[in-house]
Amino acid sequence: MEEETQSGVIKKFLYVNRRAPHGTIYAHEALEVVLIGAAFEQDVSMAFIDDGVFQLKKDQNTDGIDTKNFSKTFSALEMYDVEKLYVEKESLDERGIKEDDLAVDVKVISSSEMKKLITESEVILNF
Amino acid sequence: MKFGILVNEGPYTHQASDSAYLFVKAAIDQGHEIFRVFFYHDGVNNGTRLATPPQDDRHIPNRWSELAKEHNIDLVLCVAAAQRRGMVDADEMKRNKKDADNIAENFRISGLGQLIEAGIQADRLITFGD
Repeated sequence: MEEETQSGVIKKFLYVNRRAPHGTIYAHEALEVVLIGAAFEQDVSMAFIDDGVFQLKKDQNTDGIDTKNFSKTFSALEMYDVEKLYVEKESLDERGIKEDDLAVDVKVISSSEMKKLITESEVILNF
Repeated sequence: MKFGILVNEGPYTHQASDSAYLFVKAAIDQGHEIFRVFFYHDGVNNGTRLATPPQDDRHIPNRWSELAKEHNIDLVLCVAAAQRRGMVDADEMKRNKKDADNIAENFRISGLGQLIEAGIQADRLITFGD
């Protein structure tokens, strides 16, 4: 691994996931950033809004489309100390998804709470 | 102010690289510092030295190379994204036993840690993409 910054600076990182998991590569490559970023011991949160909430659906199966089923990685995030996953309630409701349909433990928050989370974050990576 | 720049889209298809370039130029003109420009997703394609756009159009990869040379800007292509898309420097060519490399001058290939570092070190990280 390359040199890490041992600057002692801890910033509030927020990874914003807005897109469905398999139609484009953004969600998959976003997860790669999160995993590498975990080594930097920053204050990490992830947000799931709009079609991004589909990324967390359990029992995904990509056999029929011949792409990598990276959704299993979400269950491993805990081991990387990435534990703050926020999902926007309005996005779930609009898509008929319930919290029980999700593969991992998340905190469901309102759109106004999401706005606050984004405002209070220092480094926002938007995928 | 110290800026980190993230470019998430490839050249010509999308305005992200153009906007990032113009932003970087304007920032430097106004005395700001560019900590790093990091290219991710299809953004890594901005680093090809094999592009031959029509002569009456801008040459996006060359434009980045020249700006980097003039102002000593760190242009980094994400290695994981680059490997997927066939962007290869001399080291990667050897390591992956390829028969060519295709990286433009003043670009380098490195890991995603360089993006996180830019987020930590810069005052602002600006993303160009959708």
